[in-house]
Amino acid sequence: MILAKTGNEALAYAMKQINPDVVAAYPITPSTEIVQIFAQYVSDGKVDSEFVAVESEHSAMSACIGSAASGCRTMTATASQGLALMHEMLFIAGGLRLPIVVPIASRSLSSPLNIHGDHSDSLASRDSGWMQFFCESVQEGYDTLIQCVKIAERASLPAICAVDGFILSHCMERIETFEDKSVREFLGPYKPNWNLLDYKKPILVGPATMQDYYFEFKRSQIEGMNNALPVIEEVQEEFKQKFGRGYGVIEEYRTDDAEAVVLLMGSACGTMREAVDAMRNQGKKVGMVKLRVFRPLPHKLLKETLAKFKTVAVMDRADAVNSYGGPLFTELTSVLYDAPQRPNVLSYVYGLGGKEFSLADAATVLEQAHAGKKEDLVTYVGVR
Amino acid sequence: MTESCSMLGGQALEIRWHGRGGQGAKTAALLFGEAALDTGMFIQAFPEYGPERMGAPVAAFNRLSDKPIRSHAGVKNPRVVVVLDASLIEPAKVTEGLIEDGGILLVNSNLEPAELRKRLNLPTGIKLYVVDASKIAMETVGKNVPNTPMLGALVKVTGVLEFDQMMEAVKHKLGEKFRGGKEKFVEPNLVSVRRAYEEVRC
Repeated sequence: MILAKTGNEALAYAMKQINPDVVAAYPITPSTEIVQIFAQYVSDGKVDSEFVAVESEHSAMSACIGSAASGCRTMTATASQGLALMHEMLFIAGGLRLPIVVPIASRSLSSPLNIHGDHSDSLASRDSGWMQFFCESVQEGYDTLIQCVKIAERASLPAICAVDGFILSHCMERIETFEDKSVREFLGPYKPNWNLLDYKKPILVGPATMQDYYFEFKRSQIEGMNNALPVIEEVQEEFKQKFGRGYGVIEEYRTDDAEAVVLLMGSACGTMREAVDAMRNQGKKVGMVKLRVFRPLPHKLLKETLAKFKTVAVMDRADAVNSYGGPLFTELTSVLYDAPQRPNVLSYVYGLGGKEFSLADAATVLEQAHAGKKEDLVTYVGVR
Repeated sequence: MTESCSMLGGQALEIRWHGRGGQGAKTAALLFGEAALDTGMFIQAFPEYGPERMGAPVAAFNRLSDKPIRSHAGVKNPRVVVVLDASLIEPAKVTEGLIEDGGILLVNSNLEPAELRKRLNLPTGIKLYVVDASKIAMETVGKNVPNTPMLGALVKVTGVLEFDQMMEAVKHKLGEKFRGGKEKFVEPNLVSVRRAYEEVRC
């Protein structure tokens, strides 16, 4: 069905169709509506979910961990300080390999207080053992959240599905939705390998493992994340077969014969496509590479894709304060270090706290990438 | 694609709404977006979030296109500006960025268009339309809710939607909003939309 929905409405609608066993949540701007609308579905009897209203995000994630460890399909929603307050528990969900799925409306972190969109919250959770998906549009947010449930369960890993706060969470767009029945068919029932409540197969969850075994657990978790990439590709393909829309882990846009490309994530990709088209019309050989999955980082694919260009401008909607360039930039330069030929790589940080990223800004980055040089290591786009 | 879509001429139509917190600028933008969607267009509708206070100046935006809309940048050079509250004309700089060649300014005001044009010192390329949406709302709905009637005026001055299609969408949306004993508010709102469509002038 073709519907007009904001990002939050679309994510809540997808959650309704997913019909998770348990949702434990605490509202926070700009993702409040996801929880609010989902609570309405619960109240109206549209879903079978147990909704747990908790007193903080730390408790929300704690309840989700208990629920997922008990073999329930489990979700919550959050953003910004909420995800930060979950931080301690994120590592526990990751270490326990619990397939909890969390839509977030990406937002900056205080201080100073700001409610608007950037990627500081999810990127600050980078090392917690969660998969991270960044979506370009409301449609992609809806599709990706559905995919995430299947990917998380098959890979035994938790997943964050991020749409940019306000820019997508509060933007109404045209989306094509599926029947509830089709979504539930696509996902199938959740059959966990183990669960705490199965007294016939008693297990120990979250024990202390000291010097003798902690590292082995961690090594196995790392391998789990390494193995997630083919799972993602598999589920993307199954999604395409069933619903007709295909997504890649990365997507190349007008990169054939391109000399310079911009690598970025999230809603700014759409704006960048417009800028690429405009420059192509002037005969300049530029393109865009969109990264949709930040964790697991598709090292090999990024290397193969990006090493062939003369210049790659990497755009980060977050800053790692005194790191050598933004979070995506440092990942990429590391990936390219042993490439047979290394492109010139430029670092841009943009849009913090919802700072407007205009078509003109996109064009400026492309122009500089095309020229292949700029003055500073890191350029902070549009900062006064 | 419908005939109204072809009037977009391959370009996205960008609209900016000005109102005061509580007057429904965001609601109007969402409603207009949904109505356009029903005609087969691609749409965006989004508010500008600032301090959310009753009475504070707020803005909201629409993009309509016959092709998928990719940009998530803000609207800087709208072709249409709708002003829900005439007291915003000077403080909100309502003409800022408005396309000078063929742009449309639609204002809820009881002033004569000529008088308003003089006051605003509008470039000749900008078409000015005026409708007393507050008066219409008072006479139909019984309170000053100018956002709904302005939809009728907007459809008239832009011509991108068929009036009947828009009415169907508004009726559907208001039906969802006014439930549980409030159904009686739907019809007066629809009358207000029709009156603004008929009474808007330049």
